[in-house]
Amino acid sequence: MSSGTILSGAEIIIKALRDQGVDTIFGYPGGAVLPIYDALFKQNQIKHILVRHEQAAVHAAEGYARSSGKVGVVLVTSGPGATNAVTGLVDALMDSIPIVCLTGQVPTHLIGNDAFQECDTTGITRPATKHNYLVKDVNNLARTVHEAFYVAKSGRPGPVVIDIPKDVQFADGVYRTPGESLPKSYRPQVKPDLNKVEEAVELLANAKKPIFYVGGGVINSGPVASQLLTQLVRMTGYPCTTTLMGLGAFPAHDQQWLGMLGMHGTYEANLAMHGCDLMVCVGARFDDRVTGKVSEFSPNSKKIHIDIDPSNINKNIRVDLPIVGDAAYVLEDMIRIWKARNKRADQAALKVWWDQINFWRARECLRYEKTDRVIKPQFALERLRAAIAGRDDVFISTEVGQHQMWAAQFLPFNKPNRWLTSGGLGTMGYGLPAAIGAQIANPGALCIDVAGEASIQMNIQEMSTALQYRLPVKVFILNNQWMGMVRQWQELLHGSRYSESYSEALPDFVKLADAFGGVGLRATKVSEVDDVIREMIETPRAVIVDMCVDSKENCFPMIPGGKAHNEMLLGPEDRVSEATPEEGMVLV
Amino acid sequence: MTTQDTIRRHTIAVLVDNEPGVLARVIGLFSGRGYNIESLTVAEVDSNESLSRINIVTSGTPMIIEQIKVQLDRLVPVHKVKDLTLEGPFIDREMALVKVAGTGEKRVEALRIADIFKARVVDATITSFVFEITGTGEDLDRFIDLMRQLGLVDVSRTGAVALSRGTAAF
Repeated sequence: MSSGTILSGAEIIIKALRDQGVDTIFGYPGGAVLPIYDALFKQNQIKHILVRHEQAAVHAAEGYARSSGKVGVVLVTSGPGATNAVTGLVDALMDSIPIVCLTGQVPTHLIGNDAFQECDTTGITRPATKHNYLVKDVNNLARTVHEAFYVAKSGRPGPVVIDIPKDVQFADGVYRTPGESLPKSYRPQVKPDLNKVEEAVELLANAKKPIFYVGGGVINSGPVASQLLTQLVRMTGYPCTTTLMGLGAFPAHDQQWLGMLGMHGTYEANLAMHGCDLMVCVGARFDDRVTGKVSEFSPNSKKIHIDIDPSNINKNIRVDLPIVGDAAYVLEDMIRIWKARNKRADQAALKVWWDQINFWRARECLRYEKTDRVIKPQFALERLRAAIAGRDDVFISTEVGQHQMWAAQFLPFNKPNRWLTSGGLGTMGYGLPAAIGAQIANPGALCIDVAGEASIQMNIQEMSTALQYRLPVKVFILNNQWMGMVRQWQELLHGSRYSESYSEALPDFVKLADAFGGVGLRATKVSEVDDVIREMIETPRAVIVDMCVDSKENCFPMIPGGKAHNEMLLGPEDRVSEATPEEGMVLV
Repeated sequence: MTTQDTIRRHTIAVLVDNEPGVLARVIGLFSGRGYNIESLTVAEVDSNESLSRINIVTSGTPMIIEQIKVQLDRLVPVHKVKDLTLEGPFIDREMALVKVAGTGEKRVEALRIADIFKARVVDATITSFVFEITGTGEDLDRFIDLMRQLGLVDVSRTGAVALSRGTAAF
């Protein structure tokens, strides 16, 4: 079928998706998308995954996209279908995940009439997406779908919504191939200004106390960017820390990696950020979870900021040398120029710097109390780490809260695209659908959702999806019977008044797994942990593990709100000073 | 206060695709991110290319103004963003219709001041005038302030349109 063929709107959509290389979409049918579902029924090139809630469709598409590097595609109906998808869209916007979401709309002549299942989808999703479209003319449909893919994946990736009235799906129109449709106005800069890269290399070579601060932009740029980053970090011998979103961009087993930085980052990473004289930020955005108190953030450093999105530069932290471009291009140029100019790190200064860092490292900030009395959540994750050690095909997703931070601290990410977590929006209920999406993109891989007992209940219905498609995803619940992170903040900042944070009336997760047709496992004693983990991994079906962990454990290290990197709490023995400033209290 | 904290007024011109929702995107960006809009005008300026020009008067610290520009620039239908205040001399004009009601000396005085400001009478009754005035925002402010004492009853203003001086195109 060539360009110019006449097809129905619904057929145009399927054809355009195929031409964009789509083989999987996540969705839920409804009145306003029936023509598209009918067209799906008549073909077998695109597989449709039926979720149980539209929010999960987007999260699953995110998991699919993040674990495969492809664009995730979502199909939902009008009205509630679209509004349910909004959380997922904002999640993808905050974490820069390429998504194309097709929403049905009431017929053109009914728009604005408060028709059944009508909502102003483009109005609602305007601030929830990178861009959105309402297609009123079937002859614009193919071009719009192709443009949506271009917008979703180019520059800083993000979600794009295409709202398609039902009459447009029925109408006949002209099909156009992808090559004919690029937006005139949107051409993000991917290649850097070489003068600036040269300047960066000079700064890099002259630094005494440098650090690489690496974010999800390196992962979004593609696996090559992670390889180039690793090459550059090793060439220089400089320390490297990654954000929550950047885990996997640099191998966790490498001695030059200082762990994650930020609110629950390591002592050595945060103090190195505080004390450095040169910070090279690659694809990160100086988020408030990373900077802590902005006015005291890394006070004595020159800052280089490499980002594909100019709006990230000087947004939160003023930098000395901004470089706009795709991380892979910039890193490639940096390596080339470093080599061409025979640059060498100042070995004497570097040794002093590493001695200092190793002194901080010796504090062993992730230490926790080893005990046989109760399963510590950190212990459960350490045992999981041991069980997956050496495997290259493990994908970890998470929900949001303490378990998420512990997973980030204790699980090893040596490669990009293996870590799927809701970083920017912090969406509880993200992990299970994301694991489903990752499992579909990576059949045969081990996909584990590290969850909390509170978060998992926000999208638990997706167990049904996992069973329908025989996806052997693992839900690894660290069950402490509390919304742990809420409880932790209430303990530290609100006088231990645990307002509404207790997980009352929990379901029996083992029976719940059984009810869905999966397998439920439970560990209540330290001695049971390894067996449960082994059985979870060996079971070729969807599994829920109810890991009954210490209900009192808090997540450390921690930089309390409004504090600087050098004011970390290392453990329960470090009291939050009474002087937690009021401006810190109001920070979330 | 350092220059970094100084709040300054900027006039920013934005060339956009003339398509549904584009104004909502721009306004939503300002309200969503907490930026000021002092005035905003929009109209199609190139019907062949279907381009509209939005003129925005806003205020903020240099960091905020920079953010506003890069945030605008990354909207998909935005072609160009130009900070007229920063990029050299420019002309800005605003139009207002100003209705003044009154009789006797006040009415005569209103007419006299209108003359000084080169405002035109575009409607008149025995007890009222509607003046049309064009000028900078400050000119209009001064005129309206004077009219306040002379029976001002209604004002309608356009917001600023602006162009750079000299030969340069957008």
